[in-house]
Amino acid sequence: MVFPKPASESDLILHSNFISRYAKDSIPRFSMPENSMPKEVAYQNIHDELQLDANPKLNLASFVTTSMEEECNKLIMESINKNYVDMDEYPATTDLHNRCVNMIARLFNAEIGENESAVGAGTVGSSEAIMLAGLAFKKKWQNKRKAEGKPYDKPNMVTGANVQVCWEKFARYFEVELREVKVREDYYVMDPAKAVEMVDENTICVAAILGSTYNGEFEDVKLLNDLLLEKNKQTGWDTPIHVDAASGGFIAPFLYPELEWDFRLPLVKSINVSGHKYGLVYAGIGWVIWRTKEDLPEDLVFHINYLGADQPTFTLNFSKGSSQIIAQYYQLIRLGQEGYRSIMEDCRENAMVLKEHLEETGYFNILSKDNGVPMVAFSLKDSSQQYDEFKISKMLRRHGWVVPAYPMPPGAHHIKVLRAVIRADFSRTLVEHLALDIKNVLHELHKIPLDINDEKFLVDTALGEHREIIAQESNKRQKIMAV
Amino acid sequence: MVISSTVSHPDEQNESIACTFASRYVREQVPKFKMPENSIPKDAAYRIINDELMLDGKPRLNLASFVTTWMEPECDKLIMDSLNKNYVDMDEYPVTTELQNRCVNIIAHLFNAPIGSEETAVGVGTVGSSEAIMLAGLAFKRKWQTKRKAEGKPYDKPNIVTGANVQVCWEQFARYFEVELKEVKLTEDYYVMDPLKAVEMVDENTICVAAILGSTLTGEFEDVKLLNELLTKKNKETGWDTPIHVDAASGGFVAPFLYPDLLWDFRLPLVKSINVSGHKYGLVYPGIGWVVWRHKADLPDDLVFHINYLGSDQPTFTLNFSKGSSQIIAQYYQFIRLGFEGYKNVMENCLANTRTLKEGIEKTGRFKIVSKDIGVPLVAFSLKDSSKHTVFEIADHLRKYGWIVPAYTMPADAKHIAVLRVVIREDFSCSLAERLVSDIEKVVNLLDTLPSSINSKDAHVAVIASETSEEVKKDITETQAEILRYWKKLVDGKRVGAC
Repeated sequence: MVFPKPASESDLILHSNFISRYAKDSIPRFSMPENSMPKEVAYQNIHDELQLDANPKLNLASFVTTSMEEECNKLIMESINKNYVDMDEYPATTDLHNRCVNMIARLFNAEIGENESAVGAGTVGSSEAIMLAGLAFKKKWQNKRKAEGKPYDKPNMVTGANVQVCWEKFARYFEVELREVKVREDYYVMDPAKAVEMVDENTICVAAILGSTYNGEFEDVKLLNDLLLEKNKQTGWDTPIHVDAASGGFIAPFLYPELEWDFRLPLVKSINVSGHKYGLVYAGIGWVIWRTKEDLPEDLVFHINYLGADQPTFTLNFSKGSSQIIAQYYQLIRLGQEGYRSIMEDCRENAMVLKEHLEETGYFNILSKDNGVPMVAFSLKDSSQQYDEFKISKMLRRHGWVVPAYPMPPGAHHIKVLRAVIRADFSRTLVEHLALDIKNVLHELHKIPLDINDEKFLVDTALGEHREIIAQESNKRQKIMAV
Repeated sequence: MVISSTVSHPDEQNESIACTFASRYVREQVPKFKMPENSIPKDAAYRIINDELMLDGKPRLNLASFVTTWMEPECDKLIMDSLNKNYVDMDEYPVTTELQNRCVNIIAHLFNAPIGSEETAVGVGTVGSSEAIMLAGLAFKRKWQTKRKAEGKPYDKPNIVTGANVQVCWEQFARYFEVELKEVKLTEDYYVMDPLKAVEMVDENTICVAAILGSTLTGEFEDVKLLNELLTKKNKETGWDTPIHVDAASGGFVAPFLYPDLLWDFRLPLVKSINVSGHKYGLVYPGIGWVVWRHKADLPDDLVFHINYLGSDQPTFTLNFSKGSSQIIAQYYQFIRLGFEGYKNVMENCLANTRTLKEGIEKTGRFKIVSKDIGVPLVAFSLKDSSKHTVFEIADHLRKYGWIVPAYTMPADAKHIAVLRVVIREDFSCSLAERLVSDIEKVVNLLDTLPSSINSKDAHVAVIASETSEEVKKDITETQAEILRYWKKLVDGKRVGAC
């Protein structure tokens, strides 16, 4: 532990954080400062700057969890210094990880016996999970082609154009061609028939999304499975399916248990889900589950000696915190299936209420489906107005809400949407507030004739606005401190 | 969070007043394979998990790991407050993003990147050095492929040259990204990559040579300067432009403070990227690493994604997307809280404690020190005589005192050497060092009284006296080989677990 010598003892003892000379000096941005500063001042400086970040709970752009119970926060802080990868040193934590994998695998109806260990891994998020799943498919396909004596240098995968960016990353970094099925107006997800058409002998897998980022819709995995089975029978290729259930994986089992999308479908070989979305854990945890041991090629797995027994690991990240894994286990046993069901039902109901309010205004088309991720994606009925969805988004920011606007994926690029995600901590009261503010914004937009080029009081991007505020506040503070 | 369920069952009515250990939740078997059907009260959930976790090792006594296990309470507060911030929402949390950029700048300047004093550096925060290394490796691979394509030459067999002492993530990178790993074998008494041998292995398909500043096994710094000189010469002769990457996971926050004159970073012209673990001597909890490139040109633009996510443009080059913001904020806290003098003080303390530990171990007369004085603060030591007992037994016995001190075999070609390794972190004080020495003495004395457990099952013989080896008969040699194979199988995992 370091006790650095302060420049002057009196400085520390007599002066509060703000009066001391540390608050006067400009905060270091490019180079490490030469001297130390007292910890209270370091804390205060950073804490104050962070006030200018948006309030996570009003961030309706994100699916990622922003509230957890106090008991869980306690567990998180207590394990913040445990390096997850030290499996030998922290066997109880590793055990909790394995239990989570088992529970999630069974939630997805994996083909394993009651006391059998599932094949899966905890990751930092769905991005890592998807890369691992994709790697497994690539390696399996390569091994098969090598055995058949056929070329294996041009792997590809088929998805919808509505995929999240991490699929494109996977394709680019791991040199797999990405074949995207274009969406169309009124059908904003991957069309299974078109997807199967695009499959050829070099296709390592077809990826379906359960909970599209754009409008929360669940893709028809069952239809995809049926069509692909037929094609496989005709061609003899064994093209498998991966389900990207990043958002939907913790929703469908509780709200739509009859919906067949998981391992109940024979061609589904791996599934990923984000623990930090509807798994109800803070950012930093995802899961990938394989159907059986055979679906994960052995030469990708590294073996670690854990308590004298073999602990196979397959991850991209090595050292990382243990907190989110413990938090995930906490949620799984604390809430149980009834708890998750109860929360998802509340989310869905809140989404319905918001949808009804928006429909009432008469100005919006609803693009999200009732049976999907609890969110409302809406666009303007009349696009000839002086304002568009982006303007509405900017004006909502002034009320404190972060409701993003963006264009739909290729094939329906001309359609813009606003999207409000309903998370577990978004209460009915807040829904009513949001609906009211949206109505207020519409009212303002219709009252004041706005020229589309009139940017005098609407700053160009929200980011620019924030930067401006930060700069102003910073100058203000420096002026005060200079007294 | 809305959990609305009325208390109907008579049993449940008593639950709300029952004390934690009287409630029925501690009677039932804890769920392990299937998600339980019902909810349980939050304090029951907390208690169940907390109790099981008591059986984990104590992070601060975990001398196997370089990763930070203590931070100031003020920083804990900042971490707690930012747990619910998803780092990737850059638009919503611009200050957090700004803090990341400041950290990148600070680190780039620390490594003498050739940029102006107020110029923005090229780099990114990652979850750890594994991700950092994969990104750096990917950049090299893409750059090399582009160059070969332009020259009309084949680009399907990239390789990378490193020492056999590399941490497992290099092997992961090689396997996952289909790059051949060419390892320079070690020799007894030279446990790091030999620059001469490395440069010999370089060919036209080499995407880069990776040097380690702070070898995992002995803490030694590889001679990056010599590597740079030899490689510059070879590049001149061959016309290949083989660059260097420095894996400074441990050493990156040690060398600038303790050995500022040591040339290993961007001061050497062939070094194009460097990775460092924020969660090792960057003094932050696990979950943060950094990779910095020399120049914008060293990061191929087609790897950087500019995406419209949640409504705005975001350039990203990381493997992970959503992740927590806490460790980035904590890293910035450490930079401004400690400053250069603070980090220097911490490292000097670590060095002093390392010396204390080393001297104490040497005084026992039983051990040979394998780590060097100049390097990452750790002490790696082997038994002078392991004919009766092995370092693995010592490690086992030390566990009884609460210490987690790992024992490893060295990689090829020094597999007959086994060492114990103690990492000196910031929170390992002099008093703990003295206590450890006395406990080691106790263990050694205890082992003296115990019968030798050396039989065909669990011996690991260190080749020491050449006189004895000449008298070794054939069947004993075979037995030794068998023993070595058995231990290699058991402890290979420990080698990859060493971080």
